[in-house]
Amino acid sequence: MRIKNFFSLLLIFYSSTGLSAEWSGQIGVEVRLFTESAAYTQQHGHNSSVYLQPEFYHQFESGNSSFTFVPYLRIDQHDNERSHADIRELTWVNVQDNLEWRVGIRKVFWGVTESQHLVDIINQTDSVDSTDGEEKLGQPMLNLSYITDIGSFDVFVLPYFRERTFAGKDGRLRTQPYVDTSTVFYESSKKEKHIDYALRWAHSIDEWDLGVSYFSGTSRDPRFIVGTDSSGASVLNPYYDVIQQAAVDLQATYGSWLWKLESIHRAGIGGASNNSYNAFAGGVEYTFYSAIGEATDIGLVFEYLRDDRGESATTPFQKDVMLGIRFNLNDEQSTDALIGVIKDLDKDAAIYSFEANRRLTNNLKLSVEARKYSNLTPADILYSYLKDDYVQIEFVYYF
Amino acid sequence: MKSQDMKSQKMKLRNMKLEIIKISVLALSLSALNFNVHAETAEEKGLAIAVEADKRDTGWGDQQAQLEMTLRNRFGQESKRKNRNKTLEVKGDGDKTLIVFDTPRDIKGTAFLSFTHALKADEQWIYLPALKRVKRISSSNKSGPFLGSEFAYEDIASQEVAKYKYKYLRDEKINGRDCYVVEAYPQYKKSGYTRLINWVDKEMYQPLKTDFYDRKNTLLKTLIYTKHKQYLNKFWRAGLMEMNNHVTGKSTSLVFKEYKFKTGLKDKDFNRNALKRAR
Repeated sequence: MRIKNFFSLLLIFYSSTGLSAEWSGQIGVEVRLFTESAAYTQQHGHNSSVYLQPEFYHQFESGNSSFTFVPYLRIDQHDNERSHADIRELTWVNVQDNLEWRVGIRKVFWGVTESQHLVDIINQTDSVDSTDGEEKLGQPMLNLSYITDIGSFDVFVLPYFRERTFAGKDGRLRTQPYVDTSTVFYESSKKEKHIDYALRWAHSIDEWDLGVSYFSGTSRDPRFIVGTDSSGASVLNPYYDVIQQAAVDLQATYGSWLWKLESIHRAGIGGASNNSYNAFAGGVEYTFYSAIGEATDIGLVFEYLRDDRGESATTPFQKDVMLGIRFNLNDEQSTDALIGVIKDLDKDAAIYSFEANRRLTNNLKLSVEARKYSNLTPADILYSYLKDDYVQIEFVYYF
Repeated sequence: MKSQDMKSQKMKLRNMKLEIIKISVLALSLSALNFNVHAETAEEKGLAIAVEADKRDTGWGDQQAQLEMTLRNRFGQESKRKNRNKTLEVKGDGDKTLIVFDTPRDIKGTAFLSFTHALKADEQWIYLPALKRVKRISSSNKSGPFLGSEFAYEDIASQEVAKYKYKYLRDEKINGRDCYVVEAYPQYKKSGYTRLINWVDKEMYQPLKTDFYDRKNTLLKTLIYTKHKQYLNKFWRAGLMEMNNHVTGKSTSLVFKEYKFKTGLKDKDFNRNALKRAR
């Protein structure tokens, strides 16, 4: 969406809702410092960015219906592709006895693991926003949820596809050549108007939480085709296959142990229906409660990641392990930290990460994030990130 | 995060498992038959007080309240947090509770769902609105602080008779009110306490004060319950609970507002879908 359109939409909305509106939201200011000079000439040594995400919520008098609107705007110092606007949510929800209707633009999360989210497929990743892939673009949908004693059943109709965002040629943390999204290819002749659908069943039985899902439609993960941009430079153009995906996710919670598993079978890659693969992420999390002093918890996370396409996988995690240590201080400021590494089992490549959060006041939160890309070789998907180790400091103000 | 049952008073004893009621009633009646001049032991009397308190607090169905928590450090600096609680009474088992956080603002919309059980592990989920993610979480963290406060998770969880063994100590007055003083010994795993001493008001069958003794059996915290009100002509609820930590000098007060009972909540208001919708 154009930024100008975004503001006029926001303005129209604000004035039409009047004073009875319930607004809240957040503003974030972020500085990224890269520890090495840039690998490519257009890139810069450090970067600043701000985002605004207001939220409007209204519950109708009956109490059965509600309306939510969450626009989003980011402005980036250097990367025009990272400066972008989105509608994260624009939803009407109606709840009847065992039925829930949700119509509009929404975000939906499926899954249990921490290192990657294989099963989570409804929303496209807003990959310029964060490097962990957890930021998502709003997805237009019609969703009916039916709750029974044997679990909840969801049907999704997804009438419009959202393209993944990619850092532009001026941005760090990008491929070389960069991804040019001005030319995009689809397997479906209907392109982004191909209607996707998804089904899901989820249930909790004592210590077990499980989900089974099916998706048919345009893949959220593109392949890439080498092309040229308007200046004749070599670029990568995204290609979106039509796929079918069956998936399970499972968590068993026994005492301080969490056992987690996500597995998918995906068909339709490369346009041929027999061109299919399986991927898996699973592991265990154990927490030592009050391990330090009276309050600090220490959690250990171990996950194994597998993609049976091996070296031709479109993700970096074809055969990897993730190890993490989580600290939760349980203090007034809700201070927490996570130190992790994802290590390739066949090669020396590893990604180290550090994340920490602390509330400074009732409305202000500080987040620190650092990432190091280690021992990458030209065969690695993330090879072009080799010089992009960074430390990021972000202040978020909540209103 | 863990259950923040709004009628979370330490001695709010109810929903004992049916078998345990049967056994204790049988035990009491047998002993009354066999010994004409019955000398009730201190343990029997302690249990009988807990069972009576539980009985008097059965039948409220569901309740909702708003809660304001004020944390104070030893220098008197304060920070506040607000949330809204809904609880569904489950007969023969622990209650179901849904908590939605309003402040601090960074956790606004975060919601917590808990199915409590007497001796079996509780089932707990947390909803993280930024990711739209529902996470099943471990309920082993009984003794950790709830939201950085002086209340431990086990202090605010739904209280069941079977969670403790009891011993009646003596009668004593607090602020001019007659109380039973009853010692309670946690029977569930991973408690941070060796024992609690409860001062139970003889008229309301509600606690007025609780002393908490840590694993080394030293006095750790004292909880004072005040501003009781009666609802539906039957059920007493404290309007203010103040917890003082004798070791750290920190304190936390909980103010309960706008109690509502029998609001028509059902099981469907306490599942993962309801958790995602909670505002």
